Amino acid sequence: MRDILAMGARPVASMDSLRFGRLDAPDTARVLPGIVAGVGGYGNCLGLPNIGGEVVFHDCYYGNPLVNALSVGVLRHEDLHLAFARGTGNKVILYGATTGGDGIGGASVLASETFDADGPAKRPSVQVGDPFMEKLLIECTLELFQAGIVNGIQDLGAAGISCATSELAASGDGGMHIDLDLVPLRDNTLTPEEILMSESQERMACVVEPENLGRFFEICAKWDVLATVIGEVTEGSHLVIDWHGETVVDVDPRTVAHEGPVYERPMERPAWLDALNADSSAKLPRPAGGAELEAQFRQVVTSPNQCDKSWVTDQYDRYVRGNTALAQPQDSGMLRVDEESGLGVALSTDANSRFTMLDPFVGAELSLAEAYRNVAATGAEPVAITDCLNFGSPEDPEVMWQFSQAVDGLIAGCQALGTPVTGGNVSFYNRTGDVNIMPTPLVGMLGVIDNVADRLKAGFAAAGDLVAVLGETKPDLDGSAWAEVVHGHLGGRPPQPDFPAEQALAQVLIRCAKDHLLSSAHDLSDGGLAVALAESAILGGLGVRVTLEGDDFTALFSETPARALVSLPAAKLGLLESLARAHGVPLAVIGKVSPDPEIAVGGQFSVGLAELEAQWRAVIPNAMGAEPQ
Amino acid sequence: MRVGVVTFPGSLDDADARQAVKLTGGEPVALWHASDSLQGVDAVILPGGFSYGDYLRCGAIARFSPVMAQVIKAAGEGLPVLGICNGFQVLCEARLLPGALIRNDRRTFYCQDQNLRVESSDTVWTNAFTAGDEINIVIKHGEGNYQADAETVRMLEAEHRVVFRYLGNPNGSVNDIAGITNERGNVVGLMPHPEHNIDPVTAPNQDGRPFFESLARFLMAKVGA
Repeated sequence: MRDILAMGARPVASMDSLRFGRLDAPDTARVLPGIVAGVGGYGNCLGLPNIGGEVVFHDCYYGNPLVNALSVGVLRHEDLHLAFARGTGNKVILYGATTGGDGIGGASVLASETFDADGPAKRPSVQVGDPFMEKLLIECTLELFQAGIVNGIQDLGAAGISCATSELAASGDGGMHIDLDLVPLRDNTLTPEEILMSESQERMACVVEPENLGRFFEICAKWDVLATVIGEVTEGSHLVIDWHGETVVDVDPRTVAHEGPVYERPMERPAWLDALNADSSAKLPRPAGGAELEAQFRQVVTSPNQCDKSWVTDQYDRYVRGNTALAQPQDSGMLRVDEESGLGVALSTDANSRFTMLDPFVGAELSLAEAYRNVAATGAEPVAITDCLNFGSPEDPEVMWQFSQAVDGLIAGCQALGTPVTGGNVSFYNRTGDVNIMPTPLVGMLGVIDNVADRLKAGFAAAGDLVAVLGETKPDLDGSAWAEVVHGHLGGRPPQPDFPAEQALAQVLIRCAKDHLLSSAHDLSDGGLAVALAESAILGGLGVRVTLEGDDFTALFSETPARALVSLPAAKLGLLESLARAHGVPLAVIGKVSPDPEIAVGGQFSVGLAELEAQWRAVIPNAMGAEPQ
Repeated sequence: MRVGVVTFPGSLDDADARQAVKLTGGEPVALWHASDSLQGVDAVILPGGFSYGDYLRCGAIARFSPVMAQVIKAAGEGLPVLGICNGFQVLCEARLLPGALIRNDRRTFYCQDQNLRVESSDTVWTNAFTAGDEINIVIKHGEGNYQADAETVRMLEAEHRVVFRYLGNPNGSVNDIAGITNERGNVVGLMPHPEHNIDPVTAPNQDGRPFFESLARFLMAKVGA
């Protein structure tokens, strides 16, 4: 949030990707509600709509749940501010919350140690947040920018004052002098190194010209935000920090900010990988007949990773600020940025750790492809990514190899798609005891849509509409939701990403949105066509009847990328066909949206929609011991 | 139609309320909590959010802000006042409305498109509805469980001052109460957010519009009289 604010932008939305141990594991019923309440408690009080994300369950996250958050901000190009400390005599102001003992060494502790069962308590390393102060800080900072009195600004994150001052000084043209005695403290017993390293939240540092101080303090007072001059920009090149009349820091800030140590970690392809790749899902028994296919369809659709996530997302405010055009459970969240033109952005976060376990290079590519497809499926043009790379201990050569492969995969995929990476984050040491999490490179994709009124939604919209699949379906069942849910199996080779096919599919979907050709669009990923059919039917409150070509089982559960499920009025089929042909995207009409409340797969089975929906909605509430809504 | 929207520190849906006023043909006027001027507005909205962080009881501090002294005075003289969510909590704390909002019985924040029944069209903010209308309005709150002592609840029911009732109680409110009014019908407080049900692009429906049409009708009639 404050990273965005420090650029001069207003944060406008957030998303969260959460990973937990198995849903039925005893501690998940404690950890999940706590984390969701934490995400909601902060975000709701801050007044940012939470427009999507993921909730994923797997054993490997049981002792080490992942909470990845993404925020997006908006600004006009000319309002971009960068962190500079220029102009000798300009004042360095610390504003926002006071500095306390929380979070001391937070980043270094969390990023470098494992939470051992018998290790020391890490609680003091975790910061205590105050979303109300953050809200005031946002409004106050935006007003300071508007007043044009901010010369340089930096948020206080990891390593607190020491990091913020060295970054401000390093990117400026002079030195800096800081008097630590001036820092307002919550606890006056803090030592100078604790003051420097405290990661108390809701603080910003700002460089302001002396003649603007009056206006600066006036705006801070309006928002009841404490602001204190703690130093100034000096001639020379050093960052000098004094405490009780003694110089405690005297460094060239560039050596701190830019010239960090570079690790050359040993890496090694895991010896077990060949055996894992050889253990293909091909040997798993396939359903024999319609009844078994139906049972597996229900099993996959109502599995913890595919079921309804409303229990989580209903604890988040998705409406505040009045610009939410799409939120969960749609393929991507979408936000209107300009009320006049309808210009908007779409966001999706995706990671597939099962594929990444099988092949970290390809798995990372597939996560990227899925995020790209999710954004395109709502009618937006994917334009940039950020990532959060969650891995085990980098001191383990096998983890380091997974990490290196995943980064290479993202690079290759982004080059193929022409997508810049605007930032990101790495989270190492995600392990419990000596068990690392599965590699989980999360991709957050940003898309742009000219007018959010043109957006595509995932739910079927009208009985009688044709239902079609865009893209080619291959027998891709290794690492699939089907293999996991039905057989508890993970092995073989993940599907091959096909970036030209993703781009072609995206162009078709974006054009369809602009020309209003489709009634619905839904990306095909986890759980394949089975899950997409169920979700489009449930979200639209309409049944569907399909007849599948070839092998019904493969058609339903394959997870070949570069595919989408769409519905459209019959009268528009000709236009879609020529569009798909022009882009070389295979198109197969597989059935119709039906007024009968059931999902019918020709010659195999039909499932009552109300019953399926009830089961799909009840999975998480039941596990949490709550009444389903 | 000039409608003031108060911003307390921690107000979140103030911009949404101003936008809703604008989209329904009114002129929104931003009112600051620390000011004691209502700028001559025709009506006031207390918006949703977490005023002062709501670390104490919701609305307990906001109720003492300078602007509220003016709102309380003007409400007594008949100024239309709508309290939405946190605004409803502030109205209860200010004793402009009876009762209190406590933690949801589900003990979590809860956001959904909520079905409601309009119980009274005899207020400044609901005269464009017909009693019995079923509407769907966004709710999003952690402390929306309306409670009052038995005598107060009997009085509210007897005087037809329950304005909205939940269809499917989301938070444990007594008698499914979602919104109430004062004796005069100029002050209405409710947990649902009509300002989120205005714009066809971002709203699940436009059931929030009649709130603002009601105000316009009331103000027109007042001018006419």
